[in-house]
Formats: sequence, C-alpha cells, structure tokens
Amino acid sequence: MPAMEIQGMEVFAIAVVGLMFVMVLKQFGMWEPLSLEDISESELEMATVRHQPEGLDQLQTQTKFTRKELQSLYRGFKNECPSGLVDEETFKMIYSQFFPQGDATTYAHFLFNAFDTDRSGSIRFEDFVIGLSVLLRGSVNEKLRWAFNLYDINKDGYITKEEMLAIMTSIYDMMGRYTTPSVKDDAPFEHVEKFFQKMDKNRDGVVTFDEFIETCQKDDNIMSSMQLFENVI
Amino acid sequence: MAAGVAAWLPFARAAAIGWMPVANCPMPVAPRDHSKRQDELIILNVSGRRFQTWRTTLDRYPDTLLGSSEKEFFYNEEAKEYFFDRDPEAFRSVLNFYRTGKLHYPRAECIQAYDEELSFFGIIPEIIGDCCYEEYKDRKRENAERLQDDQEDKKDFKPPNMTFRETIWRAFENPHTSTMALVFYYVTGFFIAISVLTNVVETVPCGSTSQKDISCGQRYTVAFFCMDTACVMIFTVEYLLRLFAAPSRYLFMRSVMSIIDVVAIFPYYIGLVMTDNEDVSGAFVTLRVFRVFRIFKFSRHSQGLRILGYTLKSCASELGFLLFSLTMAIIIFATVMFYAEKGSSSTKFTSIPASFWYTIVTMTTLGYGDMVPKTIAGKIFGSICSLSGVLVIALPVPVIVSNFSRIYHQNQRADKRRAQKKARLARIRIAKKGSSNAYLQTKRNGLLNELLDLTASEEEQQHLNKTKSLLESQHHHLLHCLEKTTGHDFVDEQLFEQNCLEGALQPYRSRTPSTSSLEGMTGTCCSRRTKRSVPLPIANAPASHAHPLALTHTLPKSPGLQELSAINIQCAEKQIHSSSRSNLNMQTNEVDRRNCKQQKVTTAIISIQTANTGSPAEDGGHGLPNRGASVVTTTSSNIIKVSAL
Repeated sequence: MPAMEIQGMEVFAIAVVGLMFVMVLKQFGMWEPLSLEDISESELEMATVRHQPEGLDQLQTQTKFTRKELQSLYRGFKNECPSGLVDEETFKMIYSQFFPQGDATTYAHFLFNAFDTDRSGSIRFEDFVIGLSVLLRGSVNEKLRWAFNLYDINKDGYITKEEMLAIMTSIYDMMGRYTTPSVKDDAPFEHVEKFFQKMDKNRDGVVTFDEFIETCQKDDNIMSSMQLFENVI
Repeated sequence: MAAGVAAWLPFARAAAIGWMPVANCPMPVAPRDHSKRQDELIILNVSGRRFQTWRTTLDRYPDTLLGSSEKEFFYNEEAKEYFFDRDPEAFRSVLNFYRTGKLHYPRAECIQAYDEELSFFGIIPEIIGDCCYEEYKDRKRENAERLQDDQEDKKDFKPPNMTFRETIWRAFENPHTSTMALVFYYVTGFFIAISVLTNVVETVPCGSTSQKDISCGQRYTVAFFCMDTACVMIFTVEYLLRLFAAPSRYLFMRSVMSIIDVVAIFPYYIGLVMTDNEDVSGAFVTLRVFRVFRIFKFSRHSQGLRILGYTLKSCASELGFLLFSLTMAIIIFATVMFYAEKGSSSTKFTSIPASFWYTIVTMTTLGYGDMVPKTIAGKIFGSICSLSGVLVIALPVPVIVSNFSRIYHQNQRADKRRAQKKARLARIRIAKKGSSNAYLQTKRNGLLNELLDLTASEEEQQHLNKTKSLLESQHHHLLHCLEKTTGHDFVDEQLFEQNCLEGALQPYRSRTPSTSSLEGMTGTCCSRRTKRSVPLPIANAPASHAHPLALTHTLPKSPGLQELSAINIQCAEKQIHSSSRSNLNMQTNEVDRRNCKQQKVTTAIISIQTANTGSPAEDGGHGLPNRGASVVTTTSSNIIKVSAL
C-alpha cells in the first residue's frame, strides 16, 4: 500500500513536471496551440460605417431650405453624429435629453420610424432634412400627413385605437411622474377615446387619412398650432 | 444639455407638430427670436491669436461670458472683433467646450491658471468631462494641500490670549515653539532611550554567583528599579499633562499614541501592586514584555517612523492580500508535501500543520534545513514551493514601497516648502519695503529739490529728478494723500523702531541717535509702550493727556531728517521753527507728530522742538510716533508750538 501511494504521488509529480515542460516549449514558440483563430476577423471591425449626404444642390431641390440653412443644419447634425448616420439608440438618447423628467424613449422610437422613411434602421442627413422641411416649410396638409404617418405605426393607412393608445401612452410617459394634476392610469385611454370621438366620423373604429384631414381642418386650434413652429430655423 | 444636443433643439421643436392633432388645449405662443440673424462668424482675438467660430456655437451656453452679452464689453469696433487679453492656450479648451460640449483639462496647464481662466469666462469647473476629471481633482487637491501647508505655518504665530491649557497643548504638539517645550521634548526622548536600554541590559548575564549565570537585572535589582521608577515617573507626568491639556480628552484617550503611553507605563504600576505571589508572578513576567512598547513612543520624535506607520496603515489592503495569498499557498503546499512525504520512513512531515512550518520556511527562502523532503515527489514539490514563494511575496511589495515613497516625498516637499517659505516671505517683505522705500526716497528727493530750487542749481536738480514712471508717481501721490488725510507721515521701519527703543529708555535725551534712514512705522513697537502713554498707533487711546512721561516715543530724528528739517525750515512759511540744528536734535518727548494742525500743547517735557518734530499730540488719536521724513509735507502747514512745561 505505501508503495502505491508513493507511486501515486510520483505520477502526479511527473505530470506536473510534464506540464511545466510544455509551458516552456510554448514560451519558445515551438509548440503551436491547436486553435488557430482568424486574426483577420478583428481587422474587419475597424472599417466603420460612414455616410456622406447628397450634394448641397440636390438637397436644395428636394427641400425648401436655403443653402445657408442647409449648411447650418448639417453642421449641427455632423457635430452630434460624426459618422453621418443616426441610429435608433443615439436618436433616443438625444431626444431624451429634452425631456429629463419623463421617459421619452418610446415616443422617440415612433419618431425615429417617422423619419426613417426607407426603414433602413438609421436616419441619414437626407431623411433628417427632408422631414424637417415638411415640418417647418411644408403646407398644412403636408404637415398633417406627416402627423398621420407618425400615428400610423404600421403604415397601413389607418390609425387604430391600439396604435393611438400606444402613441398616447408614450406621450404621457414623457411627462413623468411629477405632474399636477397627477396622471391617472387611464388618462391615455381617455384621451384616445376623446380623439376617436372627434376624428372617427363613421365610427368604424379606425381613422383614415381623409377623416383625419377633414376633422383637423375644421378645428381652429389645430390649424393655428400647426403654424406655431414656422420660424424654428 | 450638451452642446451638440442643443443643435437638435430645432428638430425637437419641429417634431412637436406630431402632438398638435391630439392636443386638447390650445398651444402657447412660441417665443420670438428677435435677434434672429443669419449665422455669422465671430472673430475672437485672444492676445493676438485669432479664433473664429459661429455665433450659434457661442450662444449654446448663455450663462457664460462668451454666450451672453457680456462679451460686448470686449468688442473692438475698428477691428470688428472681440479682443481678450488672456492666455490663448487655455482659451483653446474654453472654446472647445463650446464646440463639443465637453470641457477638457490640459495636463500641461497649471491648475491655478486654468481655474482663473475658467472663472473669467464664466465656466464652472465641475463640468469637466470624465476623461480629465480625475487629473483635475488630483491637481486641485495637491494645490489645496500646498495652501493648507502655508496656512498651518501661520499657526506658529502665537495667537494672543491662549489659556494655560492651550499653551501646554501647543507646546506639546509643536516643540519648537518655545524653549521649555523643546527641553521637555528632548528630555522625554532621552528617557525613552534610557528606559529601552535598561530593559535590554537587564537581561544580559553579568557575572555568576552560583553555578548559573544571573542577569544584571537580578544582580543590581535596586539600581534597575530606580531607573525604571524614574522613567515611569517622567512618562506618567507627561501623559497626565497631555491628558490635561488635550482639547478633547475623549479623542486623546482614543488616539494611538496615548494607548501606547498607557501600555508603556502600565506594567510598572501593576508590578508595584502585585506582591511576589507565585501564581501571578508568571503573568507578571509576561507583562514586562509590554515595557518594550516604550520604544514606540519614539514615533513622536521621529517623523520617519510616523510615515512608516502611516504607510502601513494605508497599505492595509495590500498587506491583507499578501497575507491571504500566502496562507492559501501555505495550505496547498503543506498538504501536497505531507502526502508526498507520507510514504518515506522517519519523516518529519508528521501532519499537515507540521508541514506548515516547512512550507513557510521554504516559501520565504529561509531554508533552515530542519525539515527536508526525502522522496523524489517531495523534492519536486519542494522546489516548486520555493519558487512560487518568491513570486507571491514579491508581488505586493512594490505597491507598499511605492506608497511609502509617495508619502515620504510628500513630506519632503512639505518640509522643503516650509524651508522655502522663510525665503519667500523675506522676498515679499523686501518687495514691499522696496516700494515703500521708493516712496520715501521720492519724498527726500522732493525735499532736496525744493531746497535746490532756492539755490537754483540746475544740474543737481536734474540729477535728483529721476524720471519716475507714471504709475509710480500716481502711487506716490496716493500715499501722499493718505498722509495728508491722517496727518501722519510714512517713515522707515528701522528708524522707527530705534526711536521707539530710545524713546522708551531715555525720555529726556536730547539727542537722537537716529540713523540716517527714515524711520518706519510699525505698530508693534509702540504698542508695547502703551503705558508710556504714547497713544498707540493702532488704538486710538487718547493718551496724550496722560502722562508727563508720555512722550517717550518721539520722533527720532535721523540726521538725514535733521537735514531735511533744516532745509524745510528754510522753505517753510512758518518761521516759528527754531531753525537751529540743535533744536532738531532735541529729542522731543512729546508725542510728536507731524500733524497738520497742531493745537494743543501736550505735556511735553522738553519743550524745545522743531516744528516738525513736535507737537503736542493731537488728541491722542494718532499715536504714530515716528516720522521723520514727512517733514516736508507738514512743515508748511505746521504750526509749531514749542511746548514747554
């Protein structure tokens, strides 16, 4: 028995010695590890995505901004997003900074989708500036169409109650908790109900674009508020 | 809001159109941007280096200098640019803050200079970006420490009216403040050394009466007992005094040094109390071990020891790690060695705890050789053990060393600063004196000038008329106005003190052994002489009425002064001046002054005085006894009264 124990320990000792030998060989570079991962993979990471916008002239034709305005807009845009593209996370972050008290991420998501017309997942400068052109320099109808597009989440041409509820909830989320009077849990729902009562003429549970336009044009408040941001730029 | 995000505000506002159709209430009116103009380039000229940026970039932060209308104060109409007379290097970071929204702290910049720039441009340093914040805070802390050191040195000035208790405490904490404290400091140090020495020598065998050696302690019991008593007496007295003087007794009792003190003197008292009882004397002997703690009392005397202790305390985590990793390694290797050596006969590795000893000795590379593995496996593991021991111990040591080095250098720096502080203060003093001397010199020149006017000597006049810069002449004019306002004149310091002394000692001396320079005005000299009834320069004590003796301080005149006075007398309108030189020499015992108007005659003992010198004190308000040079100014307006008793 004692002999066997010694042997056991000796085997162990020899195993340790063998291990150290292997390590020394590795040190000398004579023992290649079996796994040869592609080192080249990491190099691919370096190519970051960069986007250049279309030329100034082209943008001038596409939008209603003057050259100087476009220059100024681009400078602000490029400053914040040097790569030329805004992805959704960055967009949410930027937008949330304007609403510190509440949670603006959901609404920012909807807004992002409204701007990202080609569903590419990121907003390029062209999208940005075209959207702004509509909002600031467009006709009332164009603005209303843009708003309709915003509410119509799945872009099928109809605003359903669920879509409206989602939008409304996200707007109320931006308010945060500390409001007066406090936001009740069913406030968005109430608001949606009111909206539908106003807009949904044929009571079919959805609001089409025509219903929307019609109702809005009759509402003075809405019409006047559409002109509110004329001179933002 | 970050700067870049501010650029997105128009976008956010535009997107608000999405809320309009669902809004219940009418919207508020949008603010009108009256100053709307096309974005233009602004030129910022900072000490010649031109920076250009868009106006909107600067408008991002409206509560700073550049973002608000405050910059209009710096607008240069001709060049159509904003000119700032500041450091262009630091301005770079400031401008980059507007551009990127992040404030960076350039490492090459001095922290104070940078702080000043920031405060000039209205930017709070707290918004420094995370990348540079650590560095900024570190530098700021070092600077604050430096300032604090300067402050602490001021503590050396004994604040007046300290209670007895505070005095003692101060004497204990800063032994160099008074001689008594220094003496006490050295005495205690000496006795600590003596005490430790006796403890050591006590155990040395000296001579043998019977077969066995007996230690010196047993041989000269009485002598050692006396030494011990003396030392403990001193320590007890010191401890009690410290306890009495401590501002917060509770805190003092909890401090490490006081615990060491107590532990050092405790065994003695216990020994006194205990009899030669066999049972407890064993325990008593152990207590004597604590006497060695007296050596820690040296840490009050040695800064290096304190630093070492502080280092160990601050490296507690590294030491803990060292201990932990060593323990782990010891247990592992002890187990392995035990099982490796189990088979061999007559092995010393009888159990795992017994192997601990071998492992420790091997890992610290001591290698006593009392336990040695005999099997091959044991030898292999033994060698691995010693190799790893070196590594495990070597790892935390540099951290401790670097900590010690940092703290040590900090202390060195503090000491160096303190040493340089004297030189620095001297420099400042010289600079101040330089400027006051310049003024006094000017006055003298002015006097001579007037004199020379009479004699009409052109060359000399020009020679004296050194060209003074406009700044200097304006400064001198200001000082002159002050003199006129108070009715006293500036004098040189040395002369003033000298005169103070003389005035005090010899009230009736007629001659002023003044030195040539003008006296200076210092408050302290005279303040001590208050009793002499000289109205204090500082305190407006109407002492003039007081004392016949009063006028001990007088305006000592320097020969130079005398000349001046003589000269002045010539030009002065009043003829009352006794123009004899001797008069000038007369020491006036009155509170003299060169007051513009002298009304009363004080109880001057020696009446004779020249106009300048003397005059009855004005209503004691101005106690400045000195003055010499200002003769010029006052003479013309002085009414000299010779006061006589």
